[in-house]
Amino acid sequence: MSERTLRGRAVIAGVGETPYYKHGKAPDDEFKLALIAVLEACRDAGIDPREVDGFASYGGDRSEATRLAAALGIRELRFSNMHWGGGGGGVCAAVGNAAAAVHSGMADCVIAFRSLAQGQFRRYGRGAAAETVSGEDAFLAPYGLMSPAQRFAMKITRFMAEHGIRHEALRAIALASYHHAQNNPRAVMRGRPLDAATYDASRWIVEPFHRLYDCCMENDGAAAVLVVPAERAHDLAQKPAYLLGAAQGGHYRSAAPVHNAPLYASSHFTTVAHNLYAMAKLGPADLDVVQAYENFTGGVLMSLVEHGLVRPEEANDFLVPENLLAPTGRMPLNTSGGNLAECYMHGLEMVIEGVRQLRGTACNQVPGASTVLVIGGPMVTPVSSLILGTEAAL
Amino acid sequence: MSTTPSRALPGGLPAPASEPLTAPYWVGTRAGRLVIQRCRGCGGWQWGPEWVCHRCHSFDLAWEEVPPCGRIYSWERPHHPVHPALNGHTPYIIVLVELPQAGNVRMVGNLLGDPRQEIGIAAEVEAVFEPHDEADPPYTLVQWRVVG
Ligand SMILES: [Zn+2]
Repeated sequence: MSERTLRGRAVIAGVGETPYYKHGKAPDDEFKLALIAVLEACRDAGIDPREVDGFASYGGDRSEATRLAAALGIRELRFSNMHWGGGGGGVCAAVGNAAAAVHSGMADCVIAFRSLAQGQFRRYGRGAAAETVSGEDAFLAPYGLMSPAQRFAMKITRFMAEHGIRHEALRAIALASYHHAQNNPRAVMRGRPLDAATYDASRWIVEPFHRLYDCCMENDGAAAVLVVPAERAHDLAQKPAYLLGAAQGGHYRSAAPVHNAPLYASSHFTTVAHNLYAMAKLGPADLDVVQAYENFTGGVLMSLVEHGLVRPEEANDFLVPENLLAPTGRMPLNTSGGNLAECYMHGLEMVIEGVRQLRGTACNQVPGASTVLVIGGPMVTPVSSLILGTEAAL
Repeated sequence: MSTTPSRALPGGLPAPASEPLTAPYWVGTRAGRLVIQRCRGCGGWQWGPEWVCHRCHSFDLAWEEVPPCGRIYSWERPHHPVHPALNGHTPYIIVLVELPQAGNVRMVGNLLGDPRQEIGIAAEVEAVFEPHDEADPPYTLVQWRVVG
């Protein structure tokens, strides 16, 4: 029996993005943004958009696969997939689901995408306007616990306390993203450099570890990647980015309601990272570049720990800017500026940055990068992560 | 219950909806009792409420009164108002309290007292029942204050 794996079975053939906008500033409707990103990914790949036969997304994307297929005159829709979970927890899962579809023969040419016009729709950083709340929220919202920043803060508080990690470790993560964004023409925060003093003086969103600069932006735009079977890798317009591993899910009862996950101080990657490395046949020491989704810097910290990239007891020493900056850092992190400073496109922009690093076309290129880890939104459930590599990494 | 002590948060925040799964909890808090799901099959405690016991899959879940005391497992102090009712009323403190006498299940509430007080993980806390009698229907939240 052949090995059950996605390793080396699918490639990202093309990437597409709209310009990235500040929240509410997109000149276009959210669905039009999605169309632009899809068409850009096809153009980049040199593939006729009518050849696309599947769409995969996450986070409750409003741009439905069937509407996209009709609008673009897709000849035949063979795969449509919405991954459960809010925010960007499913970003790498969407790419993995697309890869599973093309590897299994369910489809041949699948777009994984995210489109967001948060000016057109409700923002994430505010609570619901409802007069009553049900389900888990009935035990949270009456106490003023409503926003993502609040939902995750107590995990971070507990993790930092358990391991004696200082806020400077989180600051280094924010500084790395802002540093990289200054060299990225697409970045919303280009021209807005951040230094340690400005970070330290920034206002609290939530004490004790969510200063303003620990929190992602809210943005408008769309991003897409085109996934095809690896057999097509040598017929593509671009250097292919191979999927080496993809994993999604969460550890035992990580979604236990009202903050009752047994392993609480976690980004929920303990089992996912294990499965990811097993499929990729790689370990943390084999990764050249890391894109780690920043909803909040504390989540990045925990996700790096749970992917084996830094041990908790060495976090204070290792997480300093010089280790995180391309091209020379020991672990170049969020090399396009990430969710903090390039654009909060729920992490799809970080998958695209991973592809650029492997093509050798990134703004902050890590020389010779052949493997990239992309970590989806930490602390939500389910979470997902992904390893991409060049042909040489197979 | 007639004298309403100063509340942790201003009025206008969402109220808990009455739902079949959780109604016994809210009936309990109206009477000043803290009740938690406990499985009649295996004796395990469970929170938040669910239809089935996650240990033994029994649907026979009772609601058992527990002593209204616990210790702080984690905390946060929001400064950014996430709801219009909170404008001008930040910061405030949210605590995650584990209940050692109910299998260490955890509950979320506000910590009463100075909103800028220092907060210690593992600090002992006791429940304070906070009635919202003017609401329709009325409900009672469970808040926490540091012991001693
Ligand atoms: Zn049971």
